[in-house]
Amino acid sequence: MATNNEATIETIPAKPRTNNLRVFRRRFARNKLAVAAFFFIVFQVIIAVAAPYIAPYNPYKGDFLATWETPGYSHWLGTDDLGRDVLSRLLYGARISISVGVLSQLAIALVGVPVGAIAGLKGGWLDYIIMRVIDVLSSLPTILFYILLMVALGAGFWNLIFAMTLTGWIGIARLVRGQVLSLKKTDFIRASRAMGAGNWYIVKKHVLRNVMTSMIVSVALGIPGAMFAEAGLSFLGLGISAPQTSWGQMIGMYQPYIRTAWHLTVFPSIILALTMLAWFLFADGIRDALDTNDNFSIGEK
Amino acid sequence: MVHYILTRIAGLFGVLLVVSVITFALMYTVPGGPFDARALEKQQMVPENIKRQLNEKYGLNEPVWKQYALFVRNAVSLDFGYSMTYPNRTVVGIFKEQWSYSLQLGLLTFVFSLLVGVGLGIASAIKPNSVLDYFGTGVSIFCLVIPSFVFAILLQVVFSVWLGWLPTGGWSSPRHWIMPVLANSLAPILVLQRYTRASMRDAMRANYVRTARAKGLSRKRIILVHVFKNALTPLLTVGGPLAAGLIVGSFFVESIFRIPGIGFYFVSAIGSRDYPMIMATTLIWTFIISLSYLITDALYALADPRVSLVKED
Repeated sequence: MATNNEATIETIPAKPRTNNLRVFRRRFARNKLAVAAFFFIVFQVIIAVAAPYIAPYNPYKGDFLATWETPGYSHWLGTDDLGRDVLSRLLYGARISISVGVLSQLAIALVGVPVGAIAGLKGGWLDYIIMRVIDVLSSLPTILFYILLMVALGAGFWNLIFAMTLTGWIGIARLVRGQVLSLKKTDFIRASRAMGAGNWYIVKKHVLRNVMTSMIVSVALGIPGAMFAEAGLSFLGLGISAPQTSWGQMIGMYQPYIRTAWHLTVFPSIILALTMLAWFLFADGIRDALDTNDNFSIGEK
Repeated sequence: MVHYILTRIAGLFGVLLVVSVITFALMYTVPGGPFDARALEKQQMVPENIKRQLNEKYGLNEPVWKQYALFVRNAVSLDFGYSMTYPNRTVVGIFKEQWSYSLQLGLLTFVFSLLVGVGLGIASAIKPNSVLDYFGTGVSIFCLVIPSFVFAILLQVVFSVWLGWLPTGGWSSPRHWIMPVLANSLAPILVLQRYTRASMRDAMRANYVRTARAKGLSRKRIILVHVFKNALTPLLTVGGPLAAGLIVGSFFVESIFRIPGIGFYFVSAIGSRDYPMIMATTLIWTFIISLSYLITDALYALADPRVSLVKED
């Protein structure tokens, strides 16, 4: 790339990037619910990270002198059948829920974005094959497919992420492909091509920046979706495996004892519901703050 | 149209084929044959030569592709073999006997969520920013963030454990139906409410509504005749697959409320690794759900003359 070409390209978009961030922050701050949700999430992340220091008991170690305790002074939220402290287990459960949500979405973006970009840019038979794979994968009932995979792979944290990534990438790949197809027709990409830019350069320089907005929204909305799926699979005993603990797993395991020990299912249920609410509100706030036709869309003139 | 439907049917069988390969590969990769599992359970060794005879009898000594071909041939004639958990019941037999429960639960859920979801959707579209509109939004957020199994448990705790009004599980009388249907209808209500609201608002902004108003028609007539007809037809596209998803049963609600439907059996099949049952359920469900998409698309084209199934480019 010759330097004076770069210079002309740089001068055309009038607004500096920092302005976009400021616009985003201002728009997001207007949505009070989303801001509250954001603080709830930050609080939860801190708790999840600091779980080993703030949990009153070891979440994996039972106390056989204190089994099935109802909420009380020594165990705030009671204990389970092995005498494990429910509050400590809930705190550790936050780690699973958040890391499954975030990691699975990162993996999905890492697979989906390049695949979608390649399909859109290359076109031809490669695009055809990728699209057929997407068609087949999207016609499978998702939860059923997760269940099948988890039965085959066995429960476990990484297997769960793998199963989610295996089917999850199609949504974001489709999105990126569509955007690339419409970007391909824009003048600035054509100009860049005319100046000899290769596919990789175009993806890095133009496509990624332009699909960033919809990618962020898709990832943000995907996180609570993944948490939902994790909770459901763990509820069925197919998500997180035994020593680790997750809210869905606690709910599933102690649901049969609901008459005698309601506290074992009610607390994880409430926490799970609150967390889902917070993430959805947060993601919704991000989408509203980003979703606009005026000054925010980076690529358009 | 005929061409389109034929292509779709071909696609459906393609999907089924892929699913069957996946499920078969799954069964094949699991360590240990079915007899090992049963021997482990009964705590006795199976002598090598008996095992060989058994393998021969069930065709497990054949090469994989032959086994798969046999599986497909049997599956085509709806023969999925015997359940491993209930060795005296065939998978199809279990389906025949238990499906009625899932069907009942699904249909009740569908009717209930149709009434609530569409009702709230219409109400909030007709009177935006009214109390009903906010109530509708509240309900849909609730449905969005609460997993059905969480709601089911909270219902059980409140109405069965604390208040003692309703039984915690079972399906024998209408009193048993209330909580499962409520828990099962979270997702359908969400989809129907949001879809109806959006579709109604689009129709109310359309040009033909403005024309109707300019003609001096009453608001009631505009909504009943012009808006409803245009706004509620698209509901077909979500309603069909939704109903299909409901009548095949629910994993969570059925197992929490101990309703002996297909979902309940499926969940217990997962627990006991009952592979024939898992595979059959997967295939049958995939078939029903894909078929429902096909039927609703065709119906939609029939109901709305503006929709064409043939691609224009």
